[in-house]
Amino acid sequence: VFFFPADIISTVEFNHTGELLATGDKGGRVVIFQREQESKNQPHRRGEYNVYSTFQSHEPEFDYLKSLEIEEKINKIRWLPQQNAAYFLLSTNDKTVKLWKVSERDKRPEGYNLKDEDGRLRDPSMITVLRVPVLRPMDLMVEATPRRVFANAHTYHINSISVNSDYETYMSADDLRINLWNFEITNQSFNIVDIKPANMEELTEVITAAEFHPHHCNTFVYSSSKGTIRLCDMRTSALCDRHAKFFEEPEDPSNRSFFSEIISSISDVKFSHSGRYIMTRDYLTVKVWDLNMENRPIETYQVHDYLRSKLCSLYENDCIFDKFECVWNGSDSVIMTGSYNNFFRMFDRNTKRDVTLEASRENSKPRAILKPRKVCVGGKRRKDEISVDSLDFSKKILHTAWHPSENIIAVAATNNLYIFQDKVN
Amino acid sequence: MFVRGLKRKCFDGEEDIEGTLAGIKAIPSYNLQRQSLLDMSLVKLQLCHMLVEPNLCRSVLIANTVRQIQEEMTQDGTWQMINTQSTGQASLDRLVSTDILCRSSREQAEGKHVPGYSTFNKDFEGDQAQDSSETMSTASSVQAPRNLQSNVWEMENPQENKGNFQKSLDQIFETLENKSPNSVEDLFSEVDNSYYDLDTMLTGMMNNTKMGHCDGLETFSSPTTATSNSNCKSDLNELDHIVEILVES
Repeated sequence: VFFFPADIISTVEFNHTGELLATGDKGGRVVIFQREQESKNQPHRRGEYNVYSTFQSHEPEFDYLKSLEIEEKINKIRWLPQQNAAYFLLSTNDKTVKLWKVSERDKRPEGYNLKDEDGRLRDPSMITVLRVPVLRPMDLMVEATPRRVFANAHTYHINSISVNSDYETYMSADDLRINLWNFEITNQSFNIVDIKPANMEELTEVITAAEFHPHHCNTFVYSSSKGTIRLCDMRTSALCDRHAKFFEEPEDPSNRSFFSEIISSISDVKFSHSGRYIMTRDYLTVKVWDLNMENRPIETYQVHDYLRSKLCSLYENDCIFDKFECVWNGSDSVIMTGSYNNFFRMFDRNTKRDVTLEASRENSKPRAILKPRKVCVGGKRRKDEISVDSLDFSKKILHTAWHPSENIIAVAATNNLYIFQDKVN
Repeated sequence: MFVRGLKRKCFDGEEDIEGTLAGIKAIPSYNLQRQSLLDMSLVKLQLCHMLVEPNLCRSVLIANTVRQIQEEMTQDGTWQMINTQSTGQASLDRLVSTDILCRSSREQAEGKHVPGYSTFNKDFEGDQAQDSSETMSTASSVQAPRNLQSNVWEMENPQENKGNFQKSLDQIFETLENKSPNSVEDLFSEVDNSYYDLDTMLTGMMNNTKMGHCDGLETFSSPTTATSNSNCKSDLNELDHIVEILVES
């Protein structure tokens, strides 16, 4: 376990092999960590992640037409599958998606004829001998270069990007529209979903998240602020206004309040690795849906139900609008999501057991085992428990990531990144 | 969360009112809590950050909550009760603060300094044009949720907003009149068409402020037809005041 202070982390994502872990922050920077290779000399260092590359992805901009700032905060990072020695990732702020190439350079050519070692041009008339430049080793340099900039396609704020399984296209979703891009073409995108009403006064629902199916390149889902998920098939029509499937759970009348709609708003939607399920996160729960059953989820997990009686206060301090993400483990058997007080929760779908853990400096030293935490709702508080009223709502874990094949997780707690792994010895 | 306490009814006598007030202070009634949730929501919508675009999802969710509350209030007739003048100080202030543009002669006579109004001015002095237009529409938005919405998220189309604002105000006023003839008529009886036009002009002017003060001033300096009504005049003076502040900023 180690700690890296940075700006407030706004997104965390492992690449497809788990070798790299990327974080984006509020300042528009991307920091990539790389896992240490196994080495006989230092066996205890296996599995540690060290900084590999840091670069400024987005800068703050000013929209002169609307007199508004465009934040440089990185909303999402998504890796492309590796096809050669270089790594590629997409990073996005509210308005612009960028494709970055991250490559290593550990050799450099030396012995040019027309320029000397400093790069200054030599006088051709002074050259008497010709030589062939050779590649000599140098200190490893990792450079990130922007290869594509996909701009000016979103009027509203981008909340999601998702790489298609064809590896040729990707989609970007904002509050009201979803666009399909080809990686090679930056000056145009194809609008595939548009829920903007003709009369903005009639707007009552927005898109909150979207993702492509992991295997079927024609299928994607998007979630809404009303707690619904729509699955669309791009083969049926160019503009996917009509969904192929519509997932919505009927409302529980006994729990109805003025906050019902707000807490039903879905903050994240993720396909399982298998492609058979989708997981959604709303304010108080995580739900797993079977793609073949639209009328209700197959599993519902309570993340922090003790907040249900505090909704009015959470509305007042705006915490009720916090957007928590959720993730699957590699085998789709465990799901994880964040909560307040730097707590995060894991649910084992098979054993139905769950655990609450805390990501904080005070409570964990490197290589220490995390102790499960418990929130006490009422009555007598046991020694290790924390009462609901003592929870720190400024310490929220919104972003987490799970290694694609191993039990290694990355947890972003405000401006600290925690990496935890299963102790295997 | 919301305790179903004593539902407030419309009282006639003074003593009853005081007794009710005491009762209200003791038990936070469902209606009061609902009203405070409504007020809180309206404030949230007003206080959008104006340097960075407000979060559309959050705005939509808050606006939906506002609409839900208003629907419920309309259904159980509490809407009518809030507009009644005979209830206590608390409701009157609330009424006036959300009803700045349509003040009746009764309130003028009572010489109430409107707390909402003074905050209203302060908002104008510091803010950019767009913020002002939002605040303006929000001020009367208890009765006009639609124009609130249109101003909150359609910042790209000020022209649309003008039309929508007018239309929504019309609709809302119509609804209110049908619901409770006595109280609402009292309130809006002095209102003539020039109010609607003032609203439109002011909204239009604020949206034009970015382009140039001159356009806005021209629009405003040629107000419409019947301004012979004395109420209208006194309110016009105060609206002049608002306009001055807008122009200076």
